This record gives sequence, C-alpha cells and structure tokens, in this order.
Amino acid sequence: MTDLRKSDRLIKLGLLMIAFSAISALFVITLFIFEQGGPIMFKYGLKSFIFGQDWYPSEKIFGLWPMIVGSLMVTLGALIIGVPLGLATAIFLAEFSSRRLARILKPVIELLAGIPSVVYGFLGLMFLIPFIRENLGGPGLSVLAASIILGIMILPTVISISLDSIRAVPDCYREGSIALGATRWQTVRMVVLPAARSGILAAIILGMGRAIGETMAVIMVAGNAAEIPSSILQPVRTLTSNIALEMGYAAGEHRQALFATGVILFVIIMVLNTIANLTASRQGKR
Amino acid sequence: MVSDGRAVLKKSHSGCRYFKSREFPLASRSSVLTKSCPSRNKLLSLLLFFILLSLGLGSFSSCRSKSNGTEIIVAGSTSIQPFADRWAELFMEKRPGLVINVQGGGSSAGIQSVKMGAAQIGMSSRELKEEEKDLNEIEIAKDGLAIIVHPTNFISNLTIEQVKSIFAGEITNWKTLNGKDKEITVVVREEGSGTRGAFQEMVMGKTRITKRAIVEDSNGTVREIVSRDPESIGFISLGLVNEKVKAVALNGVNPTEETILKKEYRLVRPFLFLTKQAPTGLAKEFIDFVLSDEIQSKLSEEGLIPVRKASGGAKIP
Repeated sequence: MTDLRKSDRLIKLGLLMIAFSAISALFVITLFIFEQGGPIMFKYGLKSFIFGQDWYPSEKIFGLWPMIVGSLMVTLGALIIGVPLGLATAIFLAEFSSRRLARILKPVIELLAGIPSVVYGFLGLMFLIPFIRENLGGPGLSVLAASIILGIMILPTVISISLDSIRAVPDCYREGSIALGATRWQTVRMVVLPAARSGILAAIILGMGRAIGETMAVIMVAGNAAEIPSSILQPVRTLTSNIALEMGYAAGEHRQALFATGVILFVIIMVLNTIANLTASRQGKR
Repeated sequence: MVSDGRAVLKKSHSGCRYFKSREFPLASRSSVLTKSCPSRNKLLSLLLFFILLSLGLGSFSSCRSKSNGTEIIVAGSTSIQPFADRWAELFMEKRPGLVINVQGGGSSAGIQSVKMGAAQIGMSSRELKEEEKDLNEIEIAKDGLAIIVHPTNFISNLTIEQVKSIFAGEITNWKTLNGKDKEITVVVREEGSGTRGAFQEMVMGKTRITKRAIVEDSNGTVREIVSRDPESIGFISLGLVNEKVKAVALNGVNPTEETILKKEYRLVRPFLFLTKQAPTGLAKEFIDFVLSDEIQSKLSEEGLIPVRKASGGAKIP
C-alpha cells in the first residue's frame, strides 16, 4: 500500500517536472525574444518602430508598419476564404451528409493538415501564381495568392473543430426545432449554429492563429515587398516572413530588429487571442 | 501533496480537451500558470530546470577550443563560405590531423576578426576600404553578377544607368525601354545578403532599391521567379545563370569569363582571403592549396571565375 503510494508520488513528480519543462520552455522563449528584441525598440523609439513606413535595415531604418499591415491583411484574407468554406463543409458533414460519407471525408480533410507547408507554397508557386498573373494581372506573387494558400491551410483546423462543436449540440434541439415545423436548413441556421457558436468561434481563432503564424508557404507566394500593398494583386510581406527571410545574414542591430519583429508578432497574437477569448466567453454565457 | 498532484492532472486533462470543444488554449494555459506558481515543490523543479539549462548552455560555450598550430579559423563572407567549406573539406582529407574551421558572419565581420586575431584568415567578398588596407589580401577568385530577364524578353542589352533606374523604381514599364506596355516586375535579394550588397554597391550606389521590388532569399528562387514571369528582371551570381533565364549585356558587354578577366564587364566582385601579416604555417598551406591548380581549375564548374588560368603557364608557388 505504502509502496504503491510512493511510486504514484514518484510518477507524479516525474510528470510534473516534464510538464513544467514544457511551460518553462515558453517562459524561456518569451524572455529570450524580449531580451533580444526589446532594447532596440526603445533605442529607436517604439513609435517609429511600429508606425515607421520604411524598412531599410542596412541604413538602420526599422519601420515595421508595412509588415504589421501585411500580416493582418493576409490573415483576414485567409479567414475570408477559409472560414465560409470550412464552415460549409462542417455543416454539410454534420447535418446533411450520410454517416458513411462523413466517415470517409473527415479523415481526408484532416490529411490536409499533414501536408508540409513548403508543399503548399510550391503548389502555389507552380499553379496559382501564373494563374493570377495571366488572368488578373500584377506579378502574381500577391496578397491574394497568400490569402488563398493560407485559406486552404486553415481548412482542416476550421472544419474539424467546428464539426465537433456542431456535433456536440444535443439532438433534442434539432428534434424540437423540426417538431415546430422548421426545415432542416432553418434548424441549422437558427438552432444548431447559434448553439455551437462558441465552438465555431474557437475554430476561427485557431485558424487565425495558424494563418498569422505560417511562414514558409507565405514567403514563397507573397512576394515579400516591404511596402503596404495598394491592391490585393500587389506583393506583401508579413511579420513572420520578415524574420525568416532576413535571419540568414542579419547581424548586429539588424538581427535585434528581427527579434523585435518577433516581439511585435507576439504582442499582436496575444491581443488577438485575448479579444477572441473575451468575445467567445461572452458569447458562451448568453 | 497528493491533492496537489491531482489538481495538476485534472488541469492537463482540460488543457487537452479544447481541441474537441469549447475551451481556449490561452485561457487554460494561463490558469495552469497562475494557480500552480505558489507551490514550493513546483518552484523547486522549475529552478532545477533552469539550472540544468544553464549548465547545458555553459558546456556548449566552453566547447570552443583555442587554435594551436593544427587548427585555424577562417571567417567572413557568407558568399565565400560554402566554397571555403568545400575547400577545407578537401584540404582536411589530404592532411588528416589538421583542422580548418570555416565560419560565416559576413565580410565586415571577417575583416574585423582578422584584425582582432580571432580568425587567422578572413574572407571578404568586397574590396577593402581605405582604412582596412593594412591587411594582407590575396584574391582567390572572382564572382560575376548577372542581370537576368525572361528568355522571351526583347531586351538583350542595358546600360548600367538603365539598370539603376529600373531597380530604383524610376522606370516601371518596359514601354520606356521600347518594349511592350507591361509593368516591370523587379526581383531582388533580401537585405543583408552579400549578393544584394554587391549589387547595391556596384550599381545603385547611394540610391535605394525600390520598395515595390519582390524580395526572395536565395539566388535559386530569384532565378525561378524570373524564369516564370515574362515581365521580370533580377540579379544573381553569374555562375548560376542557366538556359531558363537570359543574362543581359551591360553597356554592350556580355557577362562571360573572358570579359570579366579582361575587366570589360563591370559587375564583378573579388573573393578575398585576408591575413594580418604575410601568411605562415597552416594558414599559408591552406591559401596555397586554394590557389593551386587543383582548386582553381574547378572554380568555373562551381560558377566562379579563377584568378589564374591553370594552363596558361602561371607561376606555381
């Protein structure tokens, strides 16, 4: 009895340490980013760093505004493309398709998540970019291309989480609605979706997180011009691409400025997550 | 103690669940942090982790050993680094027991580290400035910079001024150069890259490269994009030009090994090895090895221009 309890405690302690090493990794990363990127932001002034329009690291001009706008534009674009598609797929799979079809389709969709992002980027470069260039104009490498690729990349996240939350809505809700004479679509629109709202919001938040953090595929299709695009057919640079693109050769203050880019990204993700969480919990309470 | 552990277990369970339903990653994460911090036990393990971490980091940094006659450090330009890596490998194969440690850092860092004595040989892919001339420089190769366009582009010759205006964003349409009425897509390398640095120095001077330019992070991707977009223009290392792109002539001079050696083609940068004094010992052996026929004759295959013709009766030291 006491032996068992002892081994239990030992295992508990072991697991605790492992759990904490994961959490402290987060701490270490946060500390490291702020320690590396913080000083330079204050040296050149927070305002010029965030709202500066020009990014010329070799001339010690560090303005991240085009990248901040770029990140937000591309993420918004990905949501505009990915969310309706994903939500429609989830509604179809949960409410309209046969159980057998759903059982085949869902794993296939989840397979999308397993494709490496460099493959998405490569496909974009091979097919999407020439298509946009020849049919819509511009260089092809653009906000639109990045949004479409990211929109597809967030599909598995959006679909599987909203599918689960739609399925979690108790069947008695649907039965009640249909008993009142509502059609199936009316039931989905007016009963099921509102009931699953917080789960769907969670799906969108996680999709957004994936979109804003994605790097490789975006570098390949976005064109990476450090300027605020004048249209969705113009190239754009996101915060993550800015870091990955220039990290290779950056030294000294340039390198620090890239860490500062990481700080800004960190803060933006925090703010977006908090806003989303707040609205989600408020929605959930209603 | 026991209840404590259970609480943690419960929490990790709920942390898992958000993938399936309505909890959010951040909310659950922060709750774990705030609720568990006060416990002594956990603080202790956190402390332990940091101690282990710092021990690990410490042993990493102490790994670097000092040079002692059988090892030299070669540091500097990242453009030369991949080539130097290969040369060092070949050298070490022939002379087991000797170590050539090749590091990057960029041309300026290379110059600096030779001056400070941190490296025995510095690598620079740009000419030395006046105040750096006190170093002993040995040219080991030349690298040409090619301005490339799509093979179907009507342009086959540009003046340096035209190239400058295109990359500065002053000429934005091929029409200005008597071509089709199409916008020019300018493709450049990222800030900090040696190729961009060389281009900036040799073509642009003080003028900035246009912000609207597409930025890619390797010679390969620049070539890839130019080979696919009929309206684009970019610059890459001459050795990497292939049949999928067209290298334009500058001021009427085609970029070839011959015109570069005759100093007619202007976009050339030297690959320099730098030493503090005249090289001695292992450093001298390595430099001689790089200048030997064995290496020099292979340079053109790798896309570089040799400083001496191997067969041309050059003096062999």
